[in-house]
Amino acid sequence: MADVVVERGRVARATGARKGKSLRNALGRKSTVAFFLTLPLILLIALLVLYPAFYSVHLATLNKAMTKFVGLGNFTFLFKRETFWMVVQQSCIFAITAVIFKAMIGFVVAHFVHNIPAKGQRKWRGMLLVPWVIPPAMSTLAWLWLFDPSYSAFNYTLSFFGVGPIPWLGETFWARFSVILVNVWYGAPFFMIMYLAALKSVPDQLYEAAAIDGANWWQRIWYVTLPMMRNIIAITTLFSLIVTFANFDIVRILTSGGPLDTTHLFATWAFQVGIQSSDIPLGACVSLFMVPILAVAAIFILRDVTKRGNEA
Amino acid sequence: MADVALRKVVKRYDDVEAVRGIDLDIADHEFIVLVGPSGCGKSTTLRMIAGLEDISDGDIMIGGDVVNDVPPKDRDIAMVFQNYALYPHMTVAENMSFGLRLKHYPKAEIKARVTEAARLLDITDLIDRKPKQLSGGQRQRVAMGRAIVRNPKVFLFDEPLSNLDAKLRVQMRIEIKKVHQKVRTTTVYVTHDQVEAMTLADRVVVMNKGRIEQIGTPNELYHKPATRFVAGFIGSPAMNFIPCRLEDVGGTLQIRLTDRIAFPLPPARAARYNALPRTDKLLLGLRPEHLTESHAHLEPGVETFETVLDVTEPMGMETLVYFGLDGTPVCGRVNPNAGAKDGAPMRLAMDLNNMHLLNEETGVVL
Repeated sequence: MADVVVERGRVARATGARKGKSLRNALGRKSTVAFFLTLPLILLIALLVLYPAFYSVHLATLNKAMTKFVGLGNFTFLFKRETFWMVVQQSCIFAITAVIFKAMIGFVVAHFVHNIPAKGQRKWRGMLLVPWVIPPAMSTLAWLWLFDPSYSAFNYTLSFFGVGPIPWLGETFWARFSVILVNVWYGAPFFMIMYLAALKSVPDQLYEAAAIDGANWWQRIWYVTLPMMRNIIAITTLFSLIVTFANFDIVRILTSGGPLDTTHLFATWAFQVGIQSSDIPLGACVSLFMVPILAVAAIFILRDVTKRGNEA
Repeated sequence: MADVALRKVVKRYDDVEAVRGIDLDIADHEFIVLVGPSGCGKSTTLRMIAGLEDISDGDIMIGGDVVNDVPPKDRDIAMVFQNYALYPHMTVAENMSFGLRLKHYPKAEIKARVTEAARLLDITDLIDRKPKQLSGGQRQRVAMGRAIVRNPKVFLFDEPLSNLDAKLRVQMRIEIKKVHQKVRTTTVYVTHDQVEAMTLADRVVVMNKGRIEQIGTPNELYHKPATRFVAGFIGSPAMNFIPCRLEDVGGTLQIRLTDRIAFPLPPARAARYNALPRTDKLLLGLRPEHLTESHAHLEPGVETFETVLDVTEPMGMETLVYFGLDGTPVCGRVNPNAGAKDGAPMRLAMDLNNMHLLNEETGVVL
């Protein structure tokens, strides 16, 4: 970075004493140099993120034919539709339930893996990551087959116990259960690997000190592990909440939103309304609703992260 | 408070024996220091007393009860770790009271104990801070506070001063000694620093290669080491070991260091070593303070010789002089005004009344 400062200073010196001096001062400041160095990335982000974001706001204010400005007309229309509120409800149920289960399973599995002797640990870590590294569109197709009402492995196996057949994707409760199950299967390894990294960063001596202080294993988790992992838990949960809330592929492949739109999420419903039903402004309007909901979640979860970051 | 006893305690890791059957009796109120080079098994021994390591063989008793299979929390011990191991998300007060809170002590008693310990360690003002906001020395005090409030049977210290700078280490050493004088709890303290061991301990246990080399008061270890390892480990600069042999010349017993240097032994020493075979390979063990500048009036048993100094190290209150005797490096301590100079000849006096004679092969002090 110092080279750049010198280079720019030299250029500035050539363009007249007075002007050169102020320009050199401006360019000599670290913040100015940093700004210029990051400018290409800022422009890229503007192009790929900000433009589509503002464009979707613009789209949301147009009529179906995209010829007339209707202001908040699309939003008020959505508020009156029952399906919209069902999608809000289902998105929240889907995201919150899936994240809770992913976090809990990830936490438990991370503990198991952490306690495996170092020799075999890599093998287990690799195997447990498999669901996360397979493209979800592919793995969900396998799940679709597993959930098939007549020929699936699940119902075949259950038939031996006199259970079923269960309409995995045909009934509201089971369809919601199934999409959450697949999402948990896909996302839990991410939590596992994040928690495992956090677990490894907790010094053993803290556990030893706690053991001597009289803590049993549960108290060690409660008073040592969890507080030490708080930041990772908060950040992982927020990240996963955003990704899960915006999930598209699993629902799209398994149920396409059915039965009777009861498994639709914001993304799949926006797709159906905007692309399949050719009402792009209304689709844009649906997807914009994710922003305030996720912003509130982010504020709650990240509230203390910076403060706590200074403790360790 | 209680006594601690180790009976033939062994610790094996796969096929490596870290601790090889040690016996140790620690009396109630005693301050014992385990000292030795890294890898000698001292920390493992401490961790076995704490219950953080299982023992492979033998028995550990605290207050007369065998605690081999008792988990750490039920041993009624407190430990201070090298890295302090303070809980970073808790304040000083919460750190200190954690053990008591887990045992559901009444709030008033917890507060009283924490306040008292904080007063004792002079950390009352820090009670609401987080460990991150404390200096190394302050963290060390909090770690000690956490041990004190528990009022345990035994204190265990695992190299608690290693992470502090030299000046703070001296200060905290004195603090630890003061605290022990006040609370009188049986203490086992592990260090690799022989100065810490000598200054703190009622008795020092010198360990080497998983075994106890010698147990004794600091003075016993310094003046009557049992083995070459102890003689060389305790004391700074270390004891000199000079190859030598015994000779009989005209009815007196002489010790020969080089072809041109041989001294008659003082009568007490001569009587002690007379029975030794003259063919044995021996080492003369002599502390640097017994190799000084020559005086006009020398005591009996003090012999002088001429040598050329290699290097001198002025320390202020004394000057360390280094020279060679037939290739063996030797260190002496002379008065700073004695005129010792690098490369200059000097007449030195060797106090044979304080000599040690060692068997070179077995390393045993004879």
